[in-house]
Amino acid sequence: MNSKLSRRRFIKGVIYSSAAAASGASYYLATAQTNSNAIVERLLSLTVNGRTRLVDVAPSETLAFTLRNKLGLTGLKVACNRGECGACTILLDDVANYSCSILTHTVKQKSITTVEGLKTADGSLSAVQQGFIEELAPQCGFCTPGQVMAATALLRTNPNPTRTEAREALAGNLCRCGAYDHYLNGVMRAAELLS
Amino acid sequence: MTFMHIGKDFTPPDVEGKVTGDAKYVEDFAPEGMVTARLLTSPLASGRVVSIDASEALRMDGVLGVLTADDLPPSSAPDDPVLASDDITYIGQPIAAIAAISDSIAESAIDKIRIDYERRGFVTDPLESLVEGGPDAYPSGNVLVQTNSLEDENATIRGGISKIKWPHSEIEKLRNGEEPRDVEFADGWEYGDLSASFAESEVIIQESFVTAGTPHHCLEPRSSMAYWQNGKCFFYASTQSQSAVVEPLADLLGIEPENVCMISENTGGGFGSKGRVYPTMAITGRFAQLLNRPVQLRITREEEYYLGVGRPGMQGWVKTGVRADGTVAAVDVIIISDGGPTGRNSASSSAQHISVVYTPTAMRLRNIPVFTNTAPRGAQRGPGQNEMSAAIAPIMDKAARQLGMDRAQFRRVNAPHSESPVYESQGPITSAFMAEAIDIASNMFNWTEREAAPRQRNGSKVRGLGIGLGYHSAGGSGYDGLVRITPDGRIHLHSGVGNLGTYSYAGTARAAAEVLKCRWDSCEIVRGSTDQHLPHASTQGGSNTIFTHTRTNWVAAEDAVLKLKRIAAIEFGGDADEYEISNERVFKTTAPSEGFSYAEAAAKAIELGGAFSGQDYPSDIHPITQRAVQGIAGTGLIGVAKDNLPKRGIAPGLMISMAEVEIDLETGKHEVLDYVGIADCGTVIHPQGLAQQINGGAVWGFGMASSERHVYDPQNALPANTGLYQAKLPTIMDVPIEMKSGAVDIADPYNPAGGRGVGEPSQGSAVAAITSAIADALGHSFNRVPVTPDMIVNFANKKDQESALLAINTF
Repeated sequence: MNSKLSRRRFIKGVIYSSAAAASGASYYLATAQTNSNAIVERLLSLTVNGRTRLVDVAPSETLAFTLRNKLGLTGLKVACNRGECGACTILLDDVANYSCSILTHTVKQKSITTVEGLKTADGSLSAVQQGFIEELAPQCGFCTPGQVMAATALLRTNPNPTRTEAREALAGNLCRCGAYDHYLNGVMRAAELLS
Repeated sequence: MTFMHIGKDFTPPDVEGKVTGDAKYVEDFAPEGMVTARLLTSPLASGRVVSIDASEALRMDGVLGVLTADDLPPSSAPDDPVLASDDITYIGQPIAAIAAISDSIAESAIDKIRIDYERRGFVTDPLESLVEGGPDAYPSGNVLVQTNSLEDENATIRGGISKIKWPHSEIEKLRNGEEPRDVEFADGWEYGDLSASFAESEVIIQESFVTAGTPHHCLEPRSSMAYWQNGKCFFYASTQSQSAVVEPLADLLGIEPENVCMISENTGGGFGSKGRVYPTMAITGRFAQLLNRPVQLRITREEEYYLGVGRPGMQGWVKTGVRADGTVAAVDVIIISDGGPTGRNSASSSAQHISVVYTPTAMRLRNIPVFTNTAPRGAQRGPGQNEMSAAIAPIMDKAARQLGMDRAQFRRVNAPHSESPVYESQGPITSAFMAEAIDIASNMFNWTEREAAPRQRNGSKVRGLGIGLGYHSAGGSGYDGLVRITPDGRIHLHSGVGNLGTYSYAGTARAAAEVLKCRWDSCEIVRGSTDQHLPHASTQGGSNTIFTHTRTNWVAAEDAVLKLKRIAAIEFGGDADEYEISNERVFKTTAPSEGFSYAEAAAKAIELGGAFSGQDYPSDIHPITQRAVQGIAGTGLIGVAKDNLPKRGIAPGLMISMAEVEIDLETGKHEVLDYVGIADCGTVIHPQGLAQQINGGAVWGFGMASSERHVYDPQNALPANTGLYQAKLPTIMDVPIEMKSGAVDIADPYNPAGGRGVGEPSQGSAVAAITSAIADALGHSFNRVPVTPDMIVNFANKKDQESALLAINTF
């Protein structure tokens, strides 16, 4: 990883720089092409939703950027781009992660799952997706793919959670519409569907 | 009335896309050849641009163009310009834009633009500007003199800049809960005999209050993307209406409305901030036109806090007189609004809140919108009403206590009913059943028993109960409806209403299905892009959609039913009134076999032409609807009509909330233990959608009560809260693990489906319930929102508060 452009450094840059300089700074740094990293491997083989994808990745590129802009997986959303909101949540080996806060080069060995990869083999919706629909969990929908992934990660390790456990599992995903009660209902409904 | 569809849950058609990731938002569209634009934003809170030199930026490889204020239509202060030049009024204000083949090149190019600025003084706290000798946000003054009404929350402010100053002594009176004397105001209204009503009062309370300005925090930023084809601009934006933004966007781009195609399938949060076009849309559209290729202007989270609009804060004073029987006799209120650089304020609607939910016999508002060099202000969920609800609830509690009256009973005595006069005009409302709502909430919460029980302290923790009322005008009229039955039997319900996630675009479409007595499976909602031929619709804002667009769908479907019957009469003989509809057939009432299916009737409509298939249409429909009908003429049976149904006065959306909070006096943190929200919103149209709005609004209320606020560094006017965690919206851990909601469910007589909206009052009643509960627990009201932990800790330790009295926007 390029020490000059580590995630921590550019988050600090965004927080402390002036308004004019801060505008879009995180995005710029996330996508900057730096000549000093010519020796870093660019063509990565990523495992995304069960498929192997070859993709040209800059050293400082975030996983959110790669998935959305290089692989067209626009289900995940970039709402804050600095690890605050969870709209970009994806699974790395079944663990929920913020893809805006992970450099793509660090996940070469991992299995990446996005919301597009949740449909079952026969094309039907996953239990979480079905549960969310039945409980009308989403409102505006912008945070929903992240909520779906956080709930999916929970149910893969704990298929029969209590409401308190489900609430804690969704604690890293903000919803400005305030649909929290309904997302919780959706998780509990999904657990019922799985059983 | 028994309905087929209304009052029943259903799955809105856009939900599946939201859970699968298929739902597309602005930044998800990336047409071939798309380039990007970035903004150069102001490092100054106040000043002007002396000169801009972008020559070095323009010489860079990959840079395609630059826009400055000179390239766009002129604007004059206090309008929020697309790009500032003569009047820079806040940090982060756009000054120039660069288009380039990538974001990174555009960002680098912005660094190469050289600007000479002239600095000016600035102000972040309205009272510091109002005091004699205080700084002004504009060189020419500090106060907006508004010349148009803001009954439409999304209307552009018209007015000029003036100067009002108060002596230091009168500012100090306001800060200390006393009425300032012999001072000038910018605006106001009055009804009833104020002094006579105060004379009748058993209890008179006067207090100062302050409510913070708050950002909207829409998770989808106000990004936009545009391209031009054959003189037509295809515009992708995050808006609260596909239809209502077409004409203002055309104005912004300097083209005719028919040359705008607005695409807004999903909107990742609006809450009032996307009800109008946003100024940066002009940059996207203009660049796309100049470069003749798709241009995306992405707005970052940080930029949202600079140029996204926020709720105006208030500094005020209120004197309340209550009679011995608990009825509110008089309310006298002064509101100093923090109008930011545009002067946008909600003083009148704040006072109207009191006039509706406490129904005082006499009332007076005096107000001043003061400019500050902070974020532009605009409508935010329940603008005015909700922050006033937060401020007034503990004051009304105090009045009830001084009378020895139960706080819920006090609200019930003053509750609006269907014949209550409201507002400064003391005009009518369509209906209200607030006493019934209070009874339902009291029963569900077990209010009377819990209120009577002593408040017990548990270690460092104290508990309190709160009650809050919410109100917003919730319904308009005069828009158009459009339905189409095609020869394949499909029923197309055209909707121009935005899609904020309330699902009311779909709930209201079900009113048309109700009139057509058809299966929901036979219907499809046509929406998302104006080239889908959408009728003239309101914004999805102001809690109005349920009332406004059940009516438009109803009248359009009635027109379709009439045409079905006329076509059947032509085919089978007799008059239209001899025919009935059922099971998607139109048939002779006395001989049901004489009739045909909707599909066959649609084919016949095409054959007959004229009004049956949209070649002719009513003369009173809006030009947007006329163009929509022209676009689908000849493709089926067209039902189209303007909503000319009767409406009496204001359609009120009303809410009551009850809550229990537990406050830890050591940490200052409070937790909402129990919450009940009951709506008086007429007939429930969509139960799941209603629960979403009641609970979602409550979460907003919890945020307003405890954590959300604008904060500026008073040395430089730098915004300190440019992140979600800084102006903090509630997380799932900040809300009760289960929330309870319900509704009165009594039909409004001025809506054929019986419904009124309630999306905004649900926040107002919730924040009021929390401020009321905190005051109950502490035996002390701060008369301020948010109530932050440091305030509670200081109070518990009998220390002075860190903020100056009535300070706003600062620590």
